[in-house]
Amino acid sequence: MTAEVISTAQGAQSERRPGPQRSGRRSALKKISRFVRMIPLVPAIIIMVVFLAGPIIWSFYGSLTNAALSGANAANSSFIGFDNYVKLFNDPVFPQSLWITIVFTLASAVISQNVLGLGIALVVTRANKKLATIVSSTVVGAWILPEIVAAFVCYAYFSQDGTLNQILALVGLTGPNWLYTFPLLAVILANLWRGTAFSLLVYQAALNDVPPEISEAAMIDGAGGAKRLFFVTVPMIKNTITTNLMLITLQTLSVFTLIYVMTSGGPGNDSTTLPILAYKEAFRFGNIGYGTAIATILLVIGAIFSIIYIRAARPSKD
Amino acid sequence: MKKRAAVAISVIAVGSLLGIAGCTSTPSDSSEKTIKVSYIKTDAFTALDDLFTKVKPEFEAANPGVTVELDPIAATDDDYKTKLALSHRSAETAPDVFYEDQGNVRSDAEAGYLLALDDYVAEWEDWSEFTDAAKQAGAGDDGKIYSVSLGTDTRAIWYNKTVMTNAGIDVPWEPQSWDDILVAARKIKASDPSVVPFNLYAGTGTGEGSNMQGFYELLYGTDLGGDALYDSESNKWVVGSDGFTESLEFLKTIYDEGLALTPAQALDPNIWKSVFGEMFPDAKLGGTVEGSYTPSFWVEGGSFEWPEYATEMGATAFPTKDGQAPGGVSMSGGWTLAVGSKSENPQLAFDFMAQALSFENALEYDNVNAQIAVRKDVAADDSYLGANPFVGAVTDLVEVTHFRPSTSIYNQISVEVQKASEAVITGKMSPAEAAASYDAAVTSIAGDDMVIEK
Repeated sequence: MTAEVISTAQGAQSERRPGPQRSGRRSALKKISRFVRMIPLVPAIIIMVVFLAGPIIWSFYGSLTNAALSGANAANSSFIGFDNYVKLFNDPVFPQSLWITIVFTLASAVISQNVLGLGIALVVTRANKKLATIVSSTVVGAWILPEIVAAFVCYAYFSQDGTLNQILALVGLTGPNWLYTFPLLAVILANLWRGTAFSLLVYQAALNDVPPEISEAAMIDGAGGAKRLFFVTVPMIKNTITTNLMLITLQTLSVFTLIYVMTSGGPGNDSTTLPILAYKEAFRFGNIGYGTAIATILLVIGAIFSIIYIRAARPSKD
Repeated sequence: MKKRAAVAISVIAVGSLLGIAGCTSTPSDSSEKTIKVSYIKTDAFTALDDLFTKVKPEFEAANPGVTVELDPIAATDDDYKTKLALSHRSAETAPDVFYEDQGNVRSDAEAGYLLALDDYVAEWEDWSEFTDAAKQAGAGDDGKIYSVSLGTDTRAIWYNKTVMTNAGIDVPWEPQSWDDILVAARKIKASDPSVVPFNLYAGTGTGEGSNMQGFYELLYGTDLGGDALYDSESNKWVVGSDGFTESLEFLKTIYDEGLALTPAQALDPNIWKSVFGEMFPDAKLGGTVEGSYTPSFWVEGGSFEWPEYATEMGATAFPTKDGQAPGGVSMSGGWTLAVGSKSENPQLAFDFMAQALSFENALEYDNVNAQIAVRKDVAADDSYLGANPFVGAVTDLVEVTHFRPSTSIYNQISVEVQKASEAVITGKMSPAEAAASYDAAVTSIAGDDMVIEK
């Protein structure tokens, strides 16, 4: 890779060598060649516009209509401006659902997956190979499972007669119906279990790139384990942490299958995150326009998180 | 190296564009005609699949060049309706013939999903065999016929005689008021705490079923009777009624006292399978409100075969609140067959539907699926009357039965009722709070001028 970069750089330099008298024609040629080089990108840009920007604009437009799944508004939906948003901000379920979404994302991804992923990665890089393989393959197992399967596994684990309560019964405890009594906790734990592998893999890769000499040098200078972690390792993988946070936040914001299978957002609305709320409103209750408005809000929340992380990831002058 | 990358990118780009172009349209062969038939088929409901599987070869033999494409959908009623509504949004996916809940006919007709069938039924000789009520069940807001009824149903209390007898309650059990139900349920609980005394479905988990087999039996038995949900005189939705709050209070009583299922069980969309498959056969449930089609699950070949049901179970009318006239409450719905408005071969689609609804086929379907017949010739047939021991009892309930309000926003109102009952049984709201929240939601959906304070 490095050799290739150098050779290209040399090539570029040798091209630049001809005398100044031909520079006018060169720059015109350069412009054309730059344009020609852009041509292969055009289809990709078209695809991005059609399949990414298109649906976003379309969904935003949909949120400004009273489109419905059945009834008169299904045949002829009309433009109603920001009525759906006004209704949404006056709906008591919305702040509750927004709060649940934030708690779910912070608790299961930003804190748990992130910290646990880093923790396990640190252990795995230090432990002997056999143990490392067992631990990481166990964790990655949850990641490999298709989401629907993972969701059923968690349902079977947390339900009234599920594995967890059977284990508790062995030691003489009667567990509650976790999915009903502690629905949010159950889905947070489920998402933690399922998602940790992602952070683990990311951090494992990052930690392998931290030169051991630096850590050793710090150790010789008298830094203890915690000090080395916080003053040497973490700053060195700072960008990885930010990237990982961004990815798992966005993934967790849009988690649907796991929650829908485990609790369907219930009981009541106790585990209804925004994606579940959007789905329920649009497809269960038939208010497509209203559901789309919720989805648009979700998109905005995702965008806010992304901007925060992208800013944080901007390389500081070092 | 660079060149190769550029070539690779172009190949990928052009390839994907070609791929997109390839997706746009598939030309259909004009000589071959296909009729797509969508319906529900689950492990617990195969009667309609059996019917269509039987009709398909007969129809194809009679109409050369026509292929009937059966599209059974394994889903709950609510998920099926959503899938169906979505498929209607494009001619590519819309079915030609489909299974349609009577309660959705008006709303779907207004959405333009259903084909008006007036011209077709006018030339159909069997049409005169359908009762007037059945004909009306398939009409839209504009009075046109949009679907044809497969059969109807009523709802009754189904109770386990062993559980009743063990608790010292005389059978046949005929409760005359809500209090009679509470008295019996408390007796059962006292005699055997492991038995669920009396269940009424509630909440959004069982969807429309929780209203049809639960809340409406209560609501329509309060002082406003048949006008408790929707005032037929003013054609407005009722808000602020005592009956609504009283019905929620009754639910609260049976759920809080542990006389019904636990709220967690009640919210499980599949709980009815346990009710039919385990709780009644194992004598672990005293009684519940269920449809006239109940025996179809227990008969030989049913999903939860239990031949002893004929002697073990009893059926009786759900009482009005204080036993006021007419003394009983039942709800009726039923499913219909309809033709999609985007069908390219509407006549063929109607012919297929008509064949599925013929005398022999309707008789077979009504008997197997324990439906109340809507064809006069089927209703008079000996095999129909003798199909199961309860046909007489549940058919009598037609006298006290109610139909859901046939308006296009009914489905949205129904969801609000479910939310109210869920809020009460889960203890999130008191009956008064849930009723107030329901009133606010209904006013917002229907509009201020479409509600009436009672």
